Amino acid sequence: MPYLGCEETVKELKRALSNPNIQADRLRYRSYITRVIRSMTQGLDVSALFMDMVKASATVDVVQKKLVYLYMCTYASHKPDLALLAINTLRKDCADPNPMVRGLALRNMCNFRMPGITEYIQQPILTGLRDKASYVRRVAVLGCAKMHSLRPSTEIDPSIVNELYALLRDPDPVVMVNCLRALEEILREEGGVVINKPIAHHLLNRLKDLDSWAQSEVLIFLMRYRPRGDDELFDVLSLLDEFLQSVHTPVMAATLRLFLRLAAAHPAVQADALLRARGPLLAACGSASRELRFAGLCHVQQVLRSQPALYSGQYKRFFCGYSEPGYIKLRKMEILVELVNDENVVLVLEELKSYCTDVSPELAQAAIAAIGHIGRTYTEKCLDILTGLLALQQEHVTSAVIRTFRDLVWFCPQSIGAVCRAVEVCGENPQDTEGKQALLWLLGMHGEQISSAPYVLEGFIDGIKAELSSAVKTELLTAALKLFLCRPAETQDMLGRLLHYCIDEESDMCVRDRALLYYRLLQCGVDEARKILLGPESDPSMTVLAGRPEEPVGCWASGFNTLGPLAGADAHPDAPPADSSAQHCHSTEEEVVSKPPCQACPESAGAAEGPRNTGDSQEEPGLTLGPPLSHEAFERLWVELRVLHRQTLGFPPPAAPPETLQAVLQLVKVQALAFSRCEARPWKAYVCARAGSTLVLAELLHGDPAVPDSQDALLLSVKQRPENLQAIRGFVSVLHNALQTLSSDRT
Amino acid sequence: MISQVFILSSQGDHLIYKDCILMHYSQENSLDLYLKLVGITILLSVQCPQRNKNLNFIHVRHSGLYWVVSTKDNPSPFTIIEFLNRLAALTKDYCGSLSEKSVRMNFALIYELLDEMVDYGYIQTTSTDILKNFIQTEAVTSKPFSLFDLSNVGLFGAETQQSKVAPSAAASRPIVASHGEQVRKNEIFVDVVERLSVVIGSNGVLMKADVEGEIRVKCYLPTCSEMRIGLNEEFSIGKSQLRGYGAAVRVDECSFHQAVKLDEFDTYRILKVCPSQGEQTLMQYQLSDELPCAPPFRLFPTVEKDYGSRLLIFLKLRCDLPPKSVAINVSVTVPVPKGSLSLSQELSSPEQSAELQPRSKAVLWTIPRFPGGAQLSAVFKVTLGFNAHGLYSVRSASLLEVGPISMSFELPKYTCTGLQVRFLRLSPTQPGLSQRWVRYVTHSDSYTIRI
Repeated sequence: MPYLGCEETVKELKRALSNPNIQADRLRYRSYITRVIRSMTQGLDVSALFMDMVKASATVDVVQKKLVYLYMCTYASHKPDLALLAINTLRKDCADPNPMVRGLALRNMCNFRMPGITEYIQQPILTGLRDKASYVRRVAVLGCAKMHSLRPSTEIDPSIVNELYALLRDPDPVVMVNCLRALEEILREEGGVVINKPIAHHLLNRLKDLDSWAQSEVLIFLMRYRPRGDDELFDVLSLLDEFLQSVHTPVMAATLRLFLRLAAAHPAVQADALLRARGPLLAACGSASRELRFAGLCHVQQVLRSQPALYSGQYKRFFCGYSEPGYIKLRKMEILVELVNDENVVLVLEELKSYCTDVSPELAQAAIAAIGHIGRTYTEKCLDILTGLLALQQEHVTSAVIRTFRDLVWFCPQSIGAVCRAVEVCGENPQDTEGKQALLWLLGMHGEQISSAPYVLEGFIDGIKAELSSAVKTELLTAALKLFLCRPAETQDMLGRLLHYCIDEESDMCVRDRALLYYRLLQCGVDEARKILLGPESDPSMTVLAGRPEEPVGCWASGFNTLGPLAGADAHPDAPPADSSAQHCHSTEEEVVSKPPCQACPESAGAAEGPRNTGDSQEEPGLTLGPPLSHEAFERLWVELRVLHRQTLGFPPPAAPPETLQAVLQLVKVQALAFSRCEARPWKAYVCARAGSTLVLAELLHGDPAVPDSQDALLLSVKQRPENLQAIRGFVSVLHNALQTLSSDRT
Repeated sequence: MISQVFILSSQGDHLIYKDCILMHYSQENSLDLYLKLVGITILLSVQCPQRNKNLNFIHVRHSGLYWVVSTKDNPSPFTIIEFLNRLAALTKDYCGSLSEKSVRMNFALIYELLDEMVDYGYIQTTSTDILKNFIQTEAVTSKPFSLFDLSNVGLFGAETQQSKVAPSAAASRPIVASHGEQVRKNEIFVDVVERLSVVIGSNGVLMKADVEGEIRVKCYLPTCSEMRIGLNEEFSIGKSQLRGYGAAVRVDECSFHQAVKLDEFDTYRILKVCPSQGEQTLMQYQLSDELPCAPPFRLFPTVEKDYGSRLLIFLKLRCDLPPKSVAINVSVTVPVPKGSLSLSQELSSPEQSAELQPRSKAVLWTIPRFPGGAQLSAVFKVTLGFNAHGLYSVRSASLLEVGPISMSFELPKYTCTGLQVRFLRLSPTQPGLSQRWVRYVTHSDSYTIRI
């Protein structure tokens, strides 16, 4: 907030600060310095006062010193030459008998951001490390890290590193934690501070003396330690046990994460830890601070991914409070959907129903969608509620209900009759694009059961000139044609008008082409059109898969207690900044890839027909299709990268035709770029896939005389950018399974 | 690791800005980008962490101010949120109250606090016991010194009896007394605060009742060796355990602050603690589903269609508190159909008021004071307007839009669980004047009644 006439302010302050009368009056002098800092905070450039402030730093008044130091740290980089003048005062203060003054001077000297400062601060820091006051040692230890960050290119001084490792045994807990932090910064290139057995045990034993901030940080450092053998593991876990129920949510969350990681091989221990942490986590969900509540809810969602039943008994804790902000209510609804079981379904639905009349359309629609989701299991109860909501005759409610109906019909064929009756009596049509599309889809798909379908469609066709969305127009074309196939007499005339309008007057090419396609299709004969247009009315594969499979804890444990869960489903497409402090290269955890819930849309019917090995495809670190890679880009990358992984697959190349091969790979989310013909020798194939944020490229080779390994089995070579060994492992096993299935099918 | 700390006013002005690590971020580059991304007006409704380029922003809201942290890592959200909450609490302790004005006036003090709390982006300490040695700046309070305050305390002070009332503003002053002040008030406040969330079904059945409670101590004593707080002897934790012969005071779960010594808790229900200056939460407890008393309010609603385009809502509200207690600041929110245009009401006393909130389409009925055992009734006549499709007469569906009714209120001197502080002793007894206050209050977190 720069003021007009800010120069006058600076001039006035300068006059005042250099006035000897004011300098003599301690309180007035300080009040002017305060004004300088205030202007600085408001964004005014007061660097012109640097000289006067340097003078003001030579004082016995600690408050004034602190203010001046604050100013100096901000502007030292602007005025490096003047800042050097202040160094002398600071170095003198570093030898002050008062530890507070020593610490203050050392801390601020390290905060100066200017080149060449390191030669002045090195000696005071080294002295500070051996100071008898813990306050000064704390500052000096972090000073080592600051010094390193000021000249990152220089060699690491081994004597400082040794000294810091030795200071891990310091009696002051904050000094100890600061040592960990400083070592982590200094040794970042080498993988951070090393937590070996003596250090880990030392940290575990000191854990009780630390305050909650230090505890949660040390627990994160301990994630690096791998106990040798089960005996040590259980000793460690029993030491940690009490922290699992800490009042401090950060400590509890960090302990739980550490538990999940250490006990990765003992699912029963993990389950027990989750159960014990349930109380504290629920307390976070009911905390007075909304933000903490939100974070707690997001983490409960993570736990539910592998243990849906854990919180079922506590479902009432997730009822929305009326004054809660929308983002908390949305999360709570998502959780409620997960918690539904036979006992609580009636109460949960009643609760959700009361949210459907919320003032905020967004919340009302989310509540309706949630009811629809529960409807996949408890169809009848939900249909009653949804049908009742149509009577409200509010646009946003009607639209959401119709959309929910569409999804419900697709997943639960038994609901078709009831939905059709409800749509029949619904007095109002949705006005938004999404809702219109859903209604049209229903009319087209189940037109023969909705007696008013032709009249509704006619309304749409009459209003097509005013329709803006091309998606709605395309849907309208499809619906009209499908309805024509089952009720030709009532629909023929309006279909003609619609096709005529779309072909002759429509400016949108997509709509026009679709109309032309349908027109020509009808020319081929009604039976042809029926064969092509009428697909399955519901998703056959979905009836088998009741509910979401429980994921293993490992899928989400690595992201627990980070910002990951808070980002939720609408996560940024680019990967989160690497969690460099906690999981280094020796991390073996899987990348968390948020898998969006399968959108219910008719187009997915094709994919569902193929062979599905649902069992293990859930376990793989998620491969995703993403935008297809062009051949040129693939070629460029292939030349650029080096082979990271090479392995022979124990079977010959599949004899299936390339189309089948491509379809199968598509199913496991691998993009196929090029194949040789089946009988060609050498046989080659190039494929690629995306796993999380990395791109995996691979070549399959068979029968190349130049490569001996490929003589009797397939040779797989994998390249990747950026490198992630875990993703490669996942990719190789996916590919291996898919190809093996194909080869064995043949035999 | 924290990169920057900001305190923003509700308009988005920087009140406090601290760059913790030695990176050459310019202030504008990161925060203004963030604000552009979020928009300060939208900031109100936006959830917690925001990601912008390679900085993560996490904010919390307190007293209309935004407390923002930016970080380059992927830290524990709980840690950052707790840190910001703690920063806000400490600022409140040191400045007396929390508002844009007090932060502006005390910015030097807050910088000093931040300087000691965070070094190079790492949290060093947030305990008042340690901080008080380093914090030198005196707080500037906006309230002028008034003799009336002193006399007030002189009239009531000295003893902890429930009937004596602590002045309401007594606990909102800086914990460190300024040197100018002649009489240092050695006071200690023990607050039992409960938050009640209740859902009552349309048939009047209690569907959900949760109580989240805490015992908070606000200490102004410069030194205090040990304090003993005695709770009800019948206090029991969990379902199986029952104590004493009187009505049991039961909670489901209970957790204590690290500093609380519990050696006498099992037998005598005594908490021992050496409170440090400022505010601390000693104990938190939860109770679900089984309230020892009836929910404080019952509502008997009737919704009818009137002739034409009118809707009649009769509400009969009964307060089931014991006759001595009283509920204050009661407000009842009745959602009405979206097409509602105007409201006419009949209320039983002039101090009550009711109005139609045009934005949220709800009738807000406010009752400043509602004694226990009393019953109030109100009639609301809501006129509906036209909707997009023409005439909007009262359909049976518009009745569906009425409800659920939500209430907010405050119950001073009352706890739903029945938790009481039997005694409060300081040992050794403080030499000078020391005043001990025990206060009870129950807030409505969410009180919903379905129709």
